[in-house]
Amino acid sequence: MQPGEPYRCPPRAEESGRAAKKPISPMASKIVLKDVTKVFQTRARVVPALDRVSLEVADGEFVCVVGPSGCGKSTLLRILAGLVPQTSGEVVFNTGGSGKPLHSLVFQEYAIFPWKTVLQNVLFGLEMRGVPRAERETAAQAWIERVGLRGFADAYPRQLSGGMRQRVGIARAFVNDPEVLLMDEPMGALDAQTRLLLMDELLRLWEADRKTVVYITHDIEEAVLLGDRVVLMTARPGRPKATFTVPFARPRDIALMASPEFARLSYEIWEALRDEAIAAMAATA
Amino acid sequence: MNGARHDRLLAIGTPLLLVALWEVAVRTGILDARFFPPPSLVLVTLYELLASGTILKHTLTTVVRVLVGFGIGTAAGLGSGLILGTVQPLRAALEPTISALYVIPKVAILPLVMLVFGLGEASKIAIVAIATFFIVVINTTAAVVGVEPLYLEAGRAFGAKRLRMFRHILLPGALPVIVTGLRLALGTALIVVIAAEFVATQEGIGYFIWHAWNTLRPEEMFAGFIVIAMLGILSYAVIRWFGHRVMPWLEEDRPREGRIDHG
Repeated sequence: MQPGEPYRCPPRAEESGRAAKKPISPMASKIVLKDVTKVFQTRARVVPALDRVSLEVADGEFVCVVGPSGCGKSTLLRILAGLVPQTSGEVVFNTGGSGKPLHSLVFQEYAIFPWKTVLQNVLFGLEMRGVPRAERETAAQAWIERVGLRGFADAYPRQLSGGMRQRVGIARAFVNDPEVLLMDEPMGALDAQTRLLLMDELLRLWEADRKTVVYITHDIEEAVLLGDRVVLMTARPGRPKATFTVPFARPRDIALMASPEFARLSYEIWEALRDEAIAAMAATA
Repeated sequence: MNGARHDRLLAIGTPLLLVALWEVAVRTGILDARFFPPPSLVLVTLYELLASGTILKHTLTTVVRVLVGFGIGTAAGLGSGLILGTVQPLRAALEPTISALYVIPKVAILPLVMLVFGLGEASKIAIVAIATFFIVVINTTAAVVGVEPLYLEAGRAFGAKRLRMFRHILLPGALPVIVTGLRLALGTALIVVIAAEFVATQEGIGYFIWHAWNTLRPEEMFAGFIVIAMLGILSYAVIRWFGHRVMPWLEEDRPREGRIDHG
């Protein structure tokens, strides 16, 4: 890959001929998804997970993807992360040739490595990229401080609370200084109070350099508080149903949740989501 | 009284009480001293055997057989298990066969092993190695296959590939189950070596016990039992120490959690 050339996630081999035909306008957005479809083939049947998802994310934009459980929103993130190939369609990252890693992932809190200390977890991405030892340790220590874990560098995850563990997960991704941050329900396994604290903290950390973020969640208020835009997905097979622009000024904090405008927008999104949630429940029943 | 101390007192006091009851039962004639020598006699016998060096010689022989056999079996089992765990087609080809062979009690194939390896040390070591190998290979394979997929995904997301993936994710993720396998294997190695020493040898704790039966000296037999029990406890402690050593993240850092202090 040449510097400055947009990075295209290769679709599955048999599809590449078809997918490559259609050029996409480059440089317009940080991320461009065009007709991304994912079908899971099990022995018994074919399960469509994503149906022609098209989405553009601007540079520095914080996009939240909300949908009922099983709508394929996590699959969408895994396609963006290059962890699973799309069945068809195109995924393009316009990197601008900065030399930074393309993307870093924040998983749910239990995805940090229990056999590594906080420091070893945080510097893991740097280590895999061959950053020299002294340099990666300095960078990791700085991020450990920024997420409020000073003094815990040598602790193992099992000695930490869920909220502290997810701070490690956040630092592990942020320390790589990637082009794009991909977050897969990072608050999903946390209790309500910890979640509030961590959302506030995430806003503060993001505000520092306003990276492009794709944030998957099932929590509407979380999406409205954090996002510039909320993309609502349908029940399986997932496809964008509606997009809501979040008009609130930045920098934001938790206090925003007390405003009537916040409640109105959240309710509006819920009204659109309700039918999909019911459909998803019926499908699993 | 402190709850923990109370428990420890019970843990030590109960076996002491049982031994005392045994002594009394033999002396009053409730237990037949020809089969169940009084503990006092067993202890004196053990002391004499230790002083003369007899039992140490036999113990050392057994320990060497176990260590060499266990070492060979573990090396082979770990290597094969790590490969089987990572290469799916190989697993599909070999796992059913390994599982089928595993269920054969290893003592049952002792005659075959003696046929192949002769009556000397080689056959004792071989049977221990075979028993160890099967337990270690099965546990190691399962350990690698059972590593939480989320960790593998996180590893891949941050750019770990092949050897680094193995070193940073697969191996530490599999270690707890691997160490459990080692513990089981060492316990089984002790059982198998004693059984193997019952036949066609003049040395080892197994032989010593068998010989005590032949010469009708039950107090020596019981002394042998004590030595075996000590070996068992020691091997368990060694594996435990090894486990803490290679998996510091599992260190029990919250002891006595949930215990109520009675003041």
